[in-house]
Amino acid sequence: MPALILLGLFLLGPIVWSIIGSFTDATLTGITATSPDWVGLANYERLLADPDFPLSLWLTIVFTVLSAVVGQNVLGFLIAFAMTRADRRAATLAGGVVIVAWVLPEIVAAFVAYAFFSTDGTLNQLLATVGLEGGNWLYTAPMMAIVLANVWRGTAFSMLVYRAALGEVPPDLIEAAEIDGATGWQRLTLVTIPLLRGTIGTTLMLVTLQTLSVFTLIYVMTAGGPGNASATLPVYAYQEAFRFGSIAFGTAIATVMLVIGAVFSVLYIRILSRAEADR
Amino acid sequence: MRRTIMTAAGSALAVGSLLAIAGCGAAGQEPEGQSLTVSYIRTDAFTALDTLFQAVKADFETEHPDVTVDLQPVSAADEDYKTRLALSHRSAETAPDVFYQDTTTIRADAEAGYLLPLDDYVAEWEDWSQFSEAAQAAGLGNDGSTYAISLGTDTRALWYSIPVLETAGVTTPWQPETWQDVLDMAEAVQASDPEAVPFMLYAGTGTGEGSNMQGFYQLLYGTELGGDALYDSESGRWVVRSQGFIDALEFVDTVYSEGYSLPADQALDPNVWQSVFGELFPERRLGATIEGSYTPSFWVEGGSFEWPEYADEMGAAAFPTQNGDGPGVSMSGGWTLAIGAKTELPDLAFEFVSMALNFENSLSYVKENSQIAVRADVAADESYLEANPFVGAVTALVEFTNFRPATSEYNQISAAVQNATEAVMTGQATPVEAAAAYDQEVEAIVGPDGIIEK
Repeated sequence: MPALILLGLFLLGPIVWSIIGSFTDATLTGITATSPDWVGLANYERLLADPDFPLSLWLTIVFTVLSAVVGQNVLGFLIAFAMTRADRRAATLAGGVVIVAWVLPEIVAAFVAYAFFSTDGTLNQLLATVGLEGGNWLYTAPMMAIVLANVWRGTAFSMLVYRAALGEVPPDLIEAAEIDGATGWQRLTLVTIPLLRGTIGTTLMLVTLQTLSVFTLIYVMTAGGPGNASATLPVYAYQEAFRFGSIAFGTAIATVMLVIGAVFSVLYIRILSRAEADR
Repeated sequence: MRRTIMTAAGSALAVGSLLAIAGCGAAGQEPEGQSLTVSYIRTDAFTALDTLFQAVKADFETEHPDVTVDLQPVSAADEDYKTRLALSHRSAETAPDVFYQDTTTIRADAEAGYLLPLDDYVAEWEDWSQFSEAAQAAGLGNDGSTYAISLGTDTRALWYSIPVLETAGVTTPWQPETWQDVLDMAEAVQASDPEAVPFMLYAGTGTGEGSNMQGFYQLLYGTELGGDALYDSESGRWVVRSQGFIDALEFVDTVYSEGYSLPADQALDPNVWQSVFGELFPERRLGATIEGSYTPSFWVEGGSFEWPEYADEMGAAAFPTQNGDGPGVSMSGGWTLAIGAKTELPDLAFEFVSMALNFENSLSYVKENSQIAVRADVAADESYLEANPFVGAVTALVEFTNFRPATSEYNQISAAVQNATEAVMTGQATPVEAAAAYDQEVEAIVGPDGIIEK
């Protein structure tokens, strides 16, 4: 019961405030800062009419799919899979390197990524050593930069989960498949992956939800720019709420983010329950 | 009831984001005696206010041994400081007693109930009559009460490098009459030295409000509608669909597409002004730019980018209007000191403010920060007039300067203008498209009753 109260207070509370806030005209300053009025769906109407919104929504989906669903998830699995077959010391070393990015505080990781991609950054210096001229990546390819940075930062989590799960796959099943003449690829796709469906669903859900709300990394690297070429929903919500002072409009965007997260969750929970049913 | 809920909701949001953005906020340290918290900006390039407050703190604590002045400098850009200040006002726990307040947000913050009305205090303050009428008016709220006291004001001028212009065959002293004259100068500089930056024009969101004050407004207020080009003062509505807005964006487009300015990616760096003052002008790699009257403060002895030769190498002119009507264009702003409405020590807070703004302190502050004095006795002081060779030139611009409409929506409109210039400078939109997007954004902010077609 106390757990439920705490959960309600700290998880549900902010969500409820955000939803209530999105139906008002609360601002950072001005007369509506201290006595906001109820405006119904006005913020949502404004959001739907705002040409920045579809772009921001699209960028959020691109960012989430490329960096979480594809990047972190697939790369994490591949590294974990490679580690099961590699020499133990090499595996520990590789695991360590991947985990470093994950252990760094987000703000530090963000500045590291910024330093890597910026005009005088590490990437351009590396390119210069092989005679290539880089560019201002954060300006010319902001989405690529933040996607790669998020893959770099988040892969460790998927890798750790998959590594633990791969350890649970019964070796005799793999051996049996091998005796039946299955190739390495067939053993992976027909035996290992189906066994891991539950883990894959859980990992996907966690990395997706985490990536949907990535803010610091993007804000430090590009601040949503240039223009709004990398303004995903969290950055867009921040700009509206705090830079333009329209807290109510910002919370409306946050509420939309909540809905998107919920849709993804339902999708993954369905995959999960199907995986359970198959067992 | 709903008010309390909303305030709590806002604070919860605010605290969460503050923690995320700026680390832990300033938690009130409570020493044994009384404590007066003072919030202001201190950065590498802006230390004048810190110098002032350090001095006042020492004097104040000598006079009131039981009071500690808790200086809480914030190292942030203007915009982030203003956001943070607004958030801190939402709770008596975090609201500072005395703070550095931008004139443009006084009305909105007063309406929000963040600022303490100072009418009774200034009525008994003998120095108040020294403040110019404009400076007194700058501190008024919508209800006509005084909420803030001016530290100084500024103007915007066209600063140019004499050697760069002379090399390009432009005679100095230079005073362009129209926008075309500015473009002609840029073309000449580009032709004589392809490596140089002919005309740096601030634009976009990177430099925040500065890109409007030192950029787009200088253009817009010089178009046909003049002082009413952004906000129609007669009807109290924001202007949309004006030709002047499109023309000003066209100018931005020309400057960036012709390569007169720094490339858009560099111009969008929030710290680009540091390279303008610190590298481009001293290294004779920049023809001209629009900058504030405080420009010499960076170059004087003790400034952030000391450059003794500036007095001989730099020139200042009024930025011209579009077609040469009138003497020129300038924008003015300025910062003030204000007192929090939730303060427990209003009398001490005002005493601190009046001490910081007395004759001696005002004089040394306007000199160090190259501000335009708002106190008559300071403005008449010889050492003020001799502080740098440009004081006379930039003070003359006061005559036709413009102030921004300090309504509560101003910050959102300002951001919409920055979006428009950014879309144009980066080539994401044509001037006509960007102007249309601006019109739409303005209507979304102020509603159909808040706009007027010109």
